[in-house]
Amino acid sequence: MKWITAIIKPFTLDDVREALSEAGVQGMTVTEVKGFGRQHGHTELYRGAEYVVDFLPKLKIEVAVADDRLEHAIEAISIAARTGKIGDGKIFVGELEQAIRIRTQELDADAL
Amino acid sequence: MRSKRPTLGCTMLAICSGLALCSPAFAQTTPAPALNSGDTAWMIVASMLVLMMTIPGAALFYGGMVRAKNLLSVMMQCFAITALVTVLWMVYGYSLAFSTEGMSAGVVNWHSMVGGLNRVMLAGLTPTSQYQTVPESVFVMFQLTFAIITPALIIGAFAERMKFSAMLWFSGLWLTFVYLPMAHMVWSGPGSLLGDLGVIDFAGGTVVHINAGIAGLVACLVIGRRLGYPQTPMAPHNLGYTVIGASLLWLGWFGFNAGSAVAANGSAGMAMLVTQIATAAAAIGWVAVEWITHKRASVLGIASGAVAGLVAVTPAAGTAGPGGALVLGLIAGAACFFSATKLKRRFGYDDSLDVFGVHAIAGIIGALLTGPLASPKLGGFGTVTSLFGQLWIQAKGVGFTIVWSAVLSLVILKLLDRTIGLRVDAEQEQIGLDLAEHEERAYNLS
Repeated sequence: MKWITAIIKPFTLDDVREALSEAGVQGMTVTEVKGFGRQHGHTELYRGAEYVVDFLPKLKIEVAVADDRLEHAIEAISIAARTGKIGDGKIFVGELEQAIRIRTQELDADAL
Repeated sequence: MRSKRPTLGCTMLAICSGLALCSPAFAQTTPAPALNSGDTAWMIVASMLVLMMTIPGAALFYGGMVRAKNLLSVMMQCFAITALVTVLWMVYGYSLAFSTEGMSAGVVNWHSMVGGLNRVMLAGLTPTSQYQTVPESVFVMFQLTFAIITPALIIGAFAERMKFSAMLWFSGLWLTFVYLPMAHMVWSGPGSLLGDLGVIDFAGGTVVHINAGIAGLVACLVIGRRLGYPQTPMAPHNLGYTVIGASLLWLGWFGFNAGSAVAANGSAGMAMLVTQIATAAAAIGWVAVEWITHKRASVLGIASGAVAGLVAVTPAAGTAGPGGALVLGLIAGAACFFSATKLKRRFGYDDSLDVFGVHAIAGIIGALLTGPLASPKLGGFGTVTSLFGQLWIQAKGVGFTIVWSAVLSLVILKLLDRTIGLRVDAEQEQIGLDLAEHEERAYNLS
């Protein structure tokens, strides 16, 4: 199993969720986050007071998938979250050792 | 110019040859002209418009500019001042500001500076009491709304850090020792100090705006900067509120300026028009300079520019012509851009919402230019003959107001700081005044 963490532009969330559903992913977790990458922040100016906003608002989505679903899931996120402009985000993939569904105690692939 | 109103009243009396209802307070000086229902209706509406400038006008204008954790504190301060000043005005405020006891034209005495106590608890006020052509009750109400907004304007300078209790004490004392005498000296008619000097202040450039703006500067210097200023970002939390507030101020200001004619007549109509022109010109003036300097036209800029124009035209509204208002607005808007953005940064004081930068600076520009712009030579409608002569008289009025407000505000603030303390502690400031002082928060989202 793999653990996918993706940082995406907030407005692409609906498309990403839809694409992941089509790719057979049955659940995800979304968190509002702030960060920076190659896309620099921006400045705001209020009556001459200039504030540099270093951290931009993004969404972090977390998805657990079976190994054979990984490529579909990555493709789904990549296409749905892509605008072609700087700041589209990143996808990180890691190993996932165990998964348990709390209600039924099902394990691993059955729990996803 | 209010001091000249009795002349207008006499003209009206001659025209109407009506049944004069004699008000006991004014009977000895001028025979009261007939009550005019048009004037009365307009002044009732104007009073409501000026009240709207404070709640919710200034409350929203200022509230949008503070951080989310302090929104309620600003709105609470505006609301509390409205209630407090109303009670003080009823008890002794109106008397100290508008009692004409012991006054006569050209005589400088104690009562040139402050009214007597014969109208305490609104003594002598009945449904038939009259001020010029309107019921005195309406005049009491109208002037009350001015007394409310002036201390409410000051709170922008010390926003986000003053204790609520200290704010109440300051507002009450400041009203009593600074505002009431100042209103008396300018507006109480023959025998008033600045009125007799010939200072033209139609709707409150000195009494309201310079007075509040200078007090704001002194207050922010005495209380000190907000924690983290200027390194920490303190961006306005909701400029939408600020735009709504500025719009309500603009609308309400027609009550303020056109209402200061105390009649529904040509003077009121012209005051309304020049107010509109100067405000629009100042909004454009501010944004134009901003566009050139910062390459952007900002929302906060256009709203602030409009307020600068409203302030500047306030003393001039009764005498300036449309052309004069246009020039006055452009100058005030451009100048206040610099005072609110550059001057404050240069000297490092934390006048949080630019009470000094907008109200004092636009107030001073307006009060000075009111002199020359009143002259028919510059399209004005005043009786001014010497441009520089009147400019000098205006300068004396401005200088007096600056010293008066600065010295007395400093004494009041120092006194409060030594006794009850002006400022919340660092932890409370960090949490925000809404929770720390009122145990409430503006936004309970999710």
